[in-house]
Amino acid sequence: MIDHLPPLLIAVPILSALLILLVGWYDRRFCYPISLITILLQFGAAIAILVEVMREGTVRYHLGGWAPPLGIELVIDSFNSYILAVILFLSVATVVYARRSVEKEIDPEKRVSFYVLFQLLVTGLAGMTITGDIFNLYVFLEISSIATYALIASARRPRSYVASFNYLVLGSIAAGFILLGIGNLYVATGTLNMADLAVLLPASYGLATVHTAFLFLLIGFSIKVAFFPLHLWLPDAYTEAPSAVTVLISTVMAKVSVYALFRIVFTVFTTAYVIDTFPVTGFILFIATVAVIAGAILAIAQNDLKRMLAYSSISQIGYIMFALGVANQIALEGGLLHILGHAVMKGCLFMVAGLIIYRMGTSRFSDLKGIAKTMPISCAAFALAGASMIGIPPTIGFASKYYLVLGALEAGQWIYAAVFLLGSLLAAGYIWRFIEIAYFGDHHAEDRRQAPAREGPVSMLVPMVGLALLCLFLGVFVEVVMEAVRPAAMLLLGGA
Amino acid sequence: MIEAFYEIFLSRYNYWMAIILMLIGLYALIAKQNLVKKLIGLNIFQTAIFLFYISFSEVQGGTAPIYLPEGVDALYVNPLPHVLILTAIVVGVSVTAVGLSLIVRIYEEYGVIDEDDLMQVVRGR
Repeated sequence: MIDHLPPLLIAVPILSALLILLVGWYDRRFCYPISLITILLQFGAAIAILVEVMREGTVRYHLGGWAPPLGIELVIDSFNSYILAVILFLSVATVVYARRSVEKEIDPEKRVSFYVLFQLLVTGLAGMTITGDIFNLYVFLEISSIATYALIASARRPRSYVASFNYLVLGSIAAGFILLGIGNLYVATGTLNMADLAVLLPASYGLATVHTAFLFLLIGFSIKVAFFPLHLWLPDAYTEAPSAVTVLISTVMAKVSVYALFRIVFTVFTTAYVIDTFPVTGFILFIATVAVIAGAILAIAQNDLKRMLAYSSISQIGYIMFALGVANQIALEGGLLHILGHAVMKGCLFMVAGLIIYRMGTSRFSDLKGIAKTMPISCAAFALAGASMIGIPPTIGFASKYYLVLGALEAGQWIYAAVFLLGSLLAAGYIWRFIEIAYFGDHHAEDRRQAPAREGPVSMLVPMVGLALLCLFLGVFVEVVMEAVRPAAMLLLGGA
Repeated sequence: MIEAFYEIFLSRYNYWMAIILMLIGLYALIAKQNLVKKLIGLNIFQTAIFLFYISFSEVQGGTAPIYLPEGVDALYVNPLPHVLILTAIVVGVSVTAVGLSLIVRIYEEYGVIDEDDLMQVVRGR
């Protein structure tokens, strides 16, 4: 059974998406349970695979029995088993959260297709994570992208159509670049298997074809992860999408795109290429630092909670790309830890934003004065996850930033490390802004709005509070996570 | 001179065509105001990539890669890029469908399909 888990991880959810569609025709109420069960099963499978990989080493599966250079291979090593567990855990949290949020935000007749697309998105992302074939990666990327375009537009707000269209245009250009990059790699080596590419590419590192392929792939995936100057689609898409979709794409989709970029840069091209042959890490480090600062400043300038969090995501992506720029063991451990940490805390923060929209119908700061009085639990969760975002010990955000700075210092990048810490200070600026509005917003106003606490439904509170507490627990027990992260970082650098 | 011209342009004119088409597509995506034209630009851009794949799979004098009985020898063109592009075409069609349906929704909602007008209307609300 365990041998066949990797393909089942993709095949079963795709069938279940079809099942949701068929059953939804009969009765809409069955859609949600099927979706929940499927994602829970996927999460269970991911955990089983993670345990298997940590015990036995890399798991390989040849689809249809065709051996790798010809056939498509699923490869799960210490890096992507970790990512897979993270993204499916967050998918579970999101799908629990989604039920009530969807009831509020999506028209009843659209709910069936919403869950179908939701399922396809999660499946596409899981597929991107476990595939060992670079063209297969592109196909799964497009499955998840198309599902995302439609999901963003599924809100009642008409602005979401415009946001979705802009994302569609930029996302398709990105996908086109990725396709071109893959084509160039195929021209240079004649193979599409990632492991095979890593073996064959060093012979042609000098070729212009390979440089072109690398640049196309780098730019394409940079658009997908919203790396700073290419982030223009992100704020609108995150702000206008329904709350549950924002949670999913800001945590799961962004992380999988980052994963794919790391996979291409480190596994397909290896560190020897990005540091010696085609020195690009210094440039990435510079842009990443700019992204950290610029994202944070733009976040401070916003006056809408969801939009502020969207810009904060741009800043946080900068942190992860910072690890790619430094490219040593400690920094990569920090970066991988931040993939988990940012997914958990940003998931929690967007859940708070979604809950506020659920109750208040808006997330503009001017309407949220003193909201901590009516929604104490949500605001407390925000404060906890926000503390993690700033990097206050003992949260997970502190641990990842600690490793990132340590890595930068080890590489001798003093200036970048200093600017990086400045970015954390700016993060304190935008997080504090909401805290101040929520807790002290109406200190001079009248006290007649002493309404009793009106939190959201339990099914939305539980995942939110769970993620907030997880920020704390993961920070305290960071060594447990490091068990999974350390071999992954080593693998990326070409070690065991 | 003519030799160099031949070497760089004429002997590889299919790649040049792909590049030119790609740039036309990108230009339309960026510069055109009409959302439908933007989508057409996207299609041209994708078609250019498809042509690039088909070009490099060509083998001079090669025939269609059909399975032949034992003992018959033939030179094939590389069939793999064709298969990849078949997948990419399907993806392109789906993206176009989603994009067009979004444009229909935008038009129903705002009554414009021009980007500048759209921005004005969106800001105005």
